[in-house]
Amino acid sequence: MERLKLVLQYFQSNSESISNGICIILALVSVKLYTSFDFNCPCIPQYNKLYSLGVMIVPPIILFFLGVLVNRHTGVMMDEWMRPIGNRSKNPAVVKYLFSAMIQRALLAPMVWILVTLLDGKIFICAFSLSVDPALFSGMPNNTGLDVVKIMAKVPCKEDVIFTNSSFRKAVSRYVRCYSQAVGWSILLFLIVLGALGRLIKPCFDDHATSLQTRYWSNYLDVEQKLFDETCVLHARDFARKCVVQFFEDMREDTILRLPHPPFITKSREELEDEEEERLYGITKQEQVNQLLNKWYYSKPNLDVTRIAHRPRTCKCKCLRPSDGVCTLAVALSKYTG
Amino acid sequence: MDKFRVMFQFLQSNQESFMNGICGIMALASAQLYSAFEFSCPCMPEYNYTYGIGLLIIPPIWFFLLGFVLNNNVSVLTEEWKRPTGRRMKDPTVLRYMFCSITQRSLIAPAVWVSVTLMDGKSFLCAFSTNLDIEKFGNYSLFMGMSEMEKIRLLARIPCKDLFEHKEIRVAASLYIKCISQACGWVFLLMMTLTAFLIRAIRPCFTQAAFLKTKYWSHYIDIERKMFDETCKEHAKSFAKVCIHQYFENISGEMRSFPPPSDEDKLLGIRAQDDMNKVLWNWHTCKPPLALRKDQIDGENNGRLNGEANGEKDGHGVPSLVLKTAALPLQRLLFGLWVIVTACHR
Repeated sequence: MERLKLVLQYFQSNSESISNGICIILALVSVKLYTSFDFNCPCIPQYNKLYSLGVMIVPPIILFFLGVLVNRHTGVMMDEWMRPIGNRSKNPAVVKYLFSAMIQRALLAPMVWILVTLLDGKIFICAFSLSVDPALFSGMPNNTGLDVVKIMAKVPCKEDVIFTNSSFRKAVSRYVRCYSQAVGWSILLFLIVLGALGRLIKPCFDDHATSLQTRYWSNYLDVEQKLFDETCVLHARDFARKCVVQFFEDMREDTILRLPHPPFITKSREELEDEEEERLYGITKQEQVNQLLNKWYYSKPNLDVTRIAHRPRTCKCKCLRPSDGVCTLAVALSKYTG
Repeated sequence: MDKFRVMFQFLQSNQESFMNGICGIMALASAQLYSAFEFSCPCMPEYNYTYGIGLLIIPPIWFFLLGFVLNNNVSVLTEEWKRPTGRRMKDPTVLRYMFCSITQRSLIAPAVWVSVTLMDGKSFLCAFSTNLDIEKFGNYSLFMGMSEMEKIRLLARIPCKDLFEHKEIRVAASLYIKCISQACGWVFLLMMTLTAFLIRAIRPCFTQAAFLKTKYWSHYIDIERKMFDETCKEHAKSFAKVCIHQYFENISGEMRSFPPPSDEDKLLGIRAQDDMNKVLWNWHTCKPPLALRKDQIDGENNGRLNGEANGEKDGHGVPSLVLKTAALPLQRLLFGLWVIVTACHR
């Protein structure tokens, strides 16, 4: 259990690790699915190829779309691609980077399925046993009254009566499986050569400085979206609490006289209220919230936080008379000390 | 569990340890793949040799290339190679060292596959059954009336239990070829071990001082890259927090509060998109010199320069020390041997 926690902790350390983790889990799911799938070749000339190609192609497509769906970066990428320009210019390189990262991760599980299929060989045998020339092998059962095509179509089915004690079926199966494994290893080799070339040669052509920028801004977009969602959730909670408290107070004012609270309760309530008000960032009406969420999409803010850094900080002192000279002095001092 | 955590942390502490971990996992994966892979010799004279030898050679090439693809140091190496000199000189010995270390690590999984294949013997049996001198196995009256072609066809079926009827000849021939295959396997292992030993034993006789320097700077480059990535990620997080804060305030039109000082500090003075782009651009095109300013050293000299940069904590004492100072190549070798032996005894 603790081991699992450690592994989970490692993967959760950043968003890219989570995506890699999900990608690997999907690949393992794909292998498990294949091993638990009960493959039944129909052994009928018209349907063999259809069934096998179906089993080889449909699950990878499903796994691919699943991979795209569960990847967080899909949402970030679509957001960045579809948004209006607003105050922030768009960088197509970032969208391209996110897209290629997403596609690469989504392609792993389908490729694993296809490769496991080929290395196992059952599906190839089902699809291509008809195409084998029976003259290459001795011992074909010729007393069954069936024609050659039907006999070859029955090769994938071990339990069929015409093949009891026949070495013909085994020889043909081995032959086709050998081809299947050769195709599988060739595809594996091709993919890995592509990957190795990509790793080794890409830095020669690609401008590494630009790619550093692209990686930084795509990570930034991801982090920003997450933080915005978190901030909205927190804001909603505080908004709701204030709304409910306000409602109760309104109700109470209607029925009974408002009794004065003892001083320490008033003070802590005021502090709590102040903290909450800060977290509300001054957004206290429904129209303001709607405007905020609308503008976040239509007109994202500029990537420049200089203003907030050089602004004088507000004083936290509890002045009952804001025009008090001491308070004004404190504000002025805090501007210099930060 | 604590030991596991120590191990995990140590493996993650720098790229080289992490790569050692990946290297071990790949060696295990190679042995596991071999045992899960259904070896089915075609038992036809035209294809036996290609299949048998192909299965001995193609997967090792695949594992070797996979080692390059999975190793992040390949990117570090190519970046260091391609970057403009800027204000930091380039050292070709560091590049050579990194390349050698990457290649050494990538060779372990292929070596495991070749050893396991040879020890198991099926691939040799498939490839060389047609070359057998059948007279050795007695009772060759079976083959008397056959033409050359038929003889070869029959011999080609030896690897397939279900296609060759004469059990005694098949078993005798299989044992014979397996024995040769295992001998080749042990010779291969011996050669690899001797080569590794010679390289490790003899190298300190030459250029040990230069080697220490090279090793230091290659670790430094690796750690620096990791630190830079982490700093960028932290910066992105703080930048996003402050940006969102600013946005909320813009909408409300009020200035009510200020972001916590820690977020401001993490921005390290970079507050606009163009400044950040400039930082990232200059990191590649004009890397800073390897010379720390005195005021920075004084500021950070609360023990943070040495120990924690590597992610190592002092509290683990003897186990981590032992792990660090034990002969790494010996560990890797013993691990590889253990993997092979367990795979063969399954």
